[in-house]
Amino acid sequence: MNYKMVFGTVGTIMRIEALLMLVPLITALIYREAGTAVAFGITVAAAFIFSLLLSYLCRTKNQTIYAKDGFAIVSLAWIILSAVGALPFVISGDITSYADAFFETASGFTTTGASILRDVESMSYGCLMWRSFTHWVGGMGVLVFVMAFIPNLADRSIHIMRAEVPGPVVGKLVPRIRDTAKVLYIIYAAMTAVQVVLLLVGGNTLFDSIVHSLGTAGTGGFGIKGDSLAGYSAYTQWVTAIFMLMFGINFNLYYLILMRKAKSAVRSTDLWTYIGIGGVSIILITANLRGLYPTLSETVRHAVFQVASIITTTGYSTVDFNLWPGFSKAVLLILMFIGGCAGSTAGGLKISRVVILFKTIVREVKQTISPRSVSVINYEGKELEKRTVSAVAVYFALYIFCILAVFLVISFEPFDLETNFSVAVSCFNNIGPAFGAAGPMASYADYSAFSKVFLAFAMLFGRLEIFPMLIFFNPRTWASSQR
Amino acid sequence: MKIIIVGCGKIGTTIIANLVSEGHDVVGIDSDPAVISNLTDLYDVMCVCGNGVDCDVLAEADVDKCELFVSVTGSDEFNMLSCYLAGKMGAKNTIARIRNPEYNDKSLGFMRNELELSDSINPEQLCAREIYNILKFPGAVGIETFSARKFELLEIRLKPDSPFDGTSLAELRRKFQAKFLVCAVERDGVAIIPDGSFVLRGGDRIGITATPSELSKLLRETGLLQKKTRSVMILGASTTAFYLAKRLIDAGISVKVIEISRERCEEFSRKLPSVTVICGDGASAELLMEEGIDSADAFVSMTGLAEQNILISCLAASRNVPSVITKINRSELISMAEKMGLESIISTKKIVGDLITGYARALQNSIGSSVETLYKLMDGSVEALEFSVQSDFEYTNIPLKDMKLRKNILIAGIIRGNTPIIPAGSDIILPGDKVVVFASGTRLSVLSDIMA
Repeated sequence: MNYKMVFGTVGTIMRIEALLMLVPLITALIYREAGTAVAFGITVAAAFIFSLLLSYLCRTKNQTIYAKDGFAIVSLAWIILSAVGALPFVISGDITSYADAFFETASGFTTTGASILRDVESMSYGCLMWRSFTHWVGGMGVLVFVMAFIPNLADRSIHIMRAEVPGPVVGKLVPRIRDTAKVLYIIYAAMTAVQVVLLLVGGNTLFDSIVHSLGTAGTGGFGIKGDSLAGYSAYTQWVTAIFMLMFGINFNLYYLILMRKAKSAVRSTDLWTYIGIGGVSIILITANLRGLYPTLSETVRHAVFQVASIITTTGYSTVDFNLWPGFSKAVLLILMFIGGCAGSTAGGLKISRVVILFKTIVREVKQTISPRSVSVINYEGKELEKRTVSAVAVYFALYIFCILAVFLVISFEPFDLETNFSVAVSCFNNIGPAFGAAGPMASYADYSAFSKVFLAFAMLFGRLEIFPMLIFFNPRTWASSQR
Repeated sequence: MKIIIVGCGKIGTTIIANLVSEGHDVVGIDSDPAVISNLTDLYDVMCVCGNGVDCDVLAEADVDKCELFVSVTGSDEFNMLSCYLAGKMGAKNTIARIRNPEYNDKSLGFMRNELELSDSINPEQLCAREIYNILKFPGAVGIETFSARKFELLEIRLKPDSPFDGTSLAELRRKFQAKFLVCAVERDGVAIIPDGSFVLRGGDRIGITATPSELSKLLRETGLLQKKTRSVMILGASTTAFYLAKRLIDAGISVKVIEISRERCEEFSRKLPSVTVICGDGASAELLMEEGIDSADAFVSMTGLAEQNILISCLAASRNVPSVITKINRSELISMAEKMGLESIISTKKIVGDLITGYARALQNSIGSSVETLYKLMDGSVEALEFSVQSDFEYTNIPLKDMKLRKNILIAGIIRGNTPIIPAGSDIILPGDKVVVFASGTRLSVLSDIMA
């Protein structure tokens, strides 16, 4: 274990976070919120000084990191990010308990969007901006951001990228990791900017446009109103729905389109499965909801918005889908598991894993019928390595176990089975709203402090796809000698 | 600059490692997924898994946008075809590894033309040439030539009782009338570019540049080097050994080759009848004594096993063979071998890596004063580069003593027309000159990089 490199990188991450906090600090200054500005000022200064100290103590020539160091760096960075990011909420007094603030920040960075706030509208502008900004940063990944803008990373930094970027296979767009990270962030920022402009055109205020675009881009879902997006115009809801769906698509495809290779982008299995699942869900829900809303167009809009919000694991809502019929809720619950495409900002199991699992099942059935048959699993026109196929199966098993474990632990809370189960699924898949007492128009405020911290870690586990955190919490990772 | 490497074996990986550290965008192509995944773990490269002569694979690697395409798989014909396709698909420069001795100079030239290759590399031949150069100056650690032999760079380890011990470089130049420069010194593992007040000590590893005639004069006068090599014992009848033996025989040096496989012994002796070929296990000390290791002037250990080469070289060194050369193809073993006292270590990977790196640097600056030769010495911490001076170089006609050079930079030689000059403070650089520069700790890619 290269401790110095691990903690040194964490120092760098803290410095980056301090810089990122300048955004809410400036927002607070613009809106003349003295208390909030001071809270961010104190946190920025403290984080900056501490990070310099950490980087100084951990300066080292040996920059070699292995897979486990990469996992440890990413896990530790995400925990520290949430822990430090929670401070301004507490200092400014917008959130009184630290457990609540930690939950809120972890929920922000992991792009979950689950909130413990009963009354969002009373929050200061600075804090609202910080909440949504954490979505944007967490969506594409903090370490990817670091890689894009800090020169001279070690050769083996692919280990870090692999630990942070979700999906079964992590590929590069261009040879150098730094350029890959840059390309990703440029596409990401450009799409966010387009959405801001479109929302502005629709008559929204600049603040609302920015905050909602940040939440959409990261597929996060922190709203600034108690009823999420229900109070906004149909135009705003349509734009947000379409952009949510766009941010759920693999970013590599956008790069291919930019490189004028649209043909190979259109051929992607991932994309068509995503569109197919989304489309079928919308039709099923629309059919199930007929008669609930006055016009068909309104029904379709609500169906599209809610499906887009749940499949991309964003968590915005335009209606209280808690009140929908059981069948529609079942469709949404299943979508929570599936999630968006790998290589996007969405969470969940990922479309590609679902396809690979499905193909594995088909092969297994075929092999049982004719035991001597030989077949390989192809995906996106390429043969998948055996290791990848088995890794997907193992990941799926682990994923189910983790959700069950979260479900079991939070079942001590005095809520019904539906609430607790959907909360476990929703937090682990980084969605946000659940059913029952934690529905889209309610909040997580009534959960105990222990459950909040526990759920915050569940979100981190889910965002980093389990293994990095599992390895981080495994004592053998930190053991000095081989055992 | 975008560079594609086909074949990520030992040589391919070394080239990739070098190019990545130079900051190029490197794409590797190999058909073995295990090799690919290992490579992407270790270096910041993109890899494409597939056959390097498959147009789809080449297109996936964006061959049309690449400036340099290098094919170094084990098969010559594969490399030629791959480079040919890449060239047709838009790669600007192509280099193929072609090593079969049956493709002699004449047919190789024809093929290079027809296949539109920018260059072909034969690692074994390059390796043999380097060993031969060292044997020409017995006792030298390494040797490199610049500008078609106008300058030679000799790397040598000073003995504790060396006549250079305790003299400063300025004194040294006064004492010996020969024109030479001490360009780099490595002491206790740290390499420096010395100035005139630097005092040499026994045990230092130094790099000297001079013209070939001055160099032999200097060596004669100082007794730095031992007597001329007359007999060489080579362990292992590899292709490299064949190229080396051929050169040595042509230079009138007697060669004895020891090889365990009878088949290869026979083939070797068929090709080079004047070489004494011994069929036996070179790892046996008994056999080496019997074949006269004690009377050999030089011993070259180049079997396929680096560990064996190291140990047998140690044996040869303990029998006081004047120069012992060890071929090691695993880079992690090189520093170990140096700790064990072996000085002359040859690694094919390093030679090819340096060559391609130099090529890439030259391509990067095809306009301006570009790198012609790149040689790394003192384990890569010092670079010797040859630049050709173009008319756009701003610092012509200024005496060297008035030029503000960056730290750790030394102008070691100027070649004007056909005349080599060992520069002093009053010399100037003119357009059309070739300049040999030593640098430590910085990467130079154009000549103006030397200015502060």
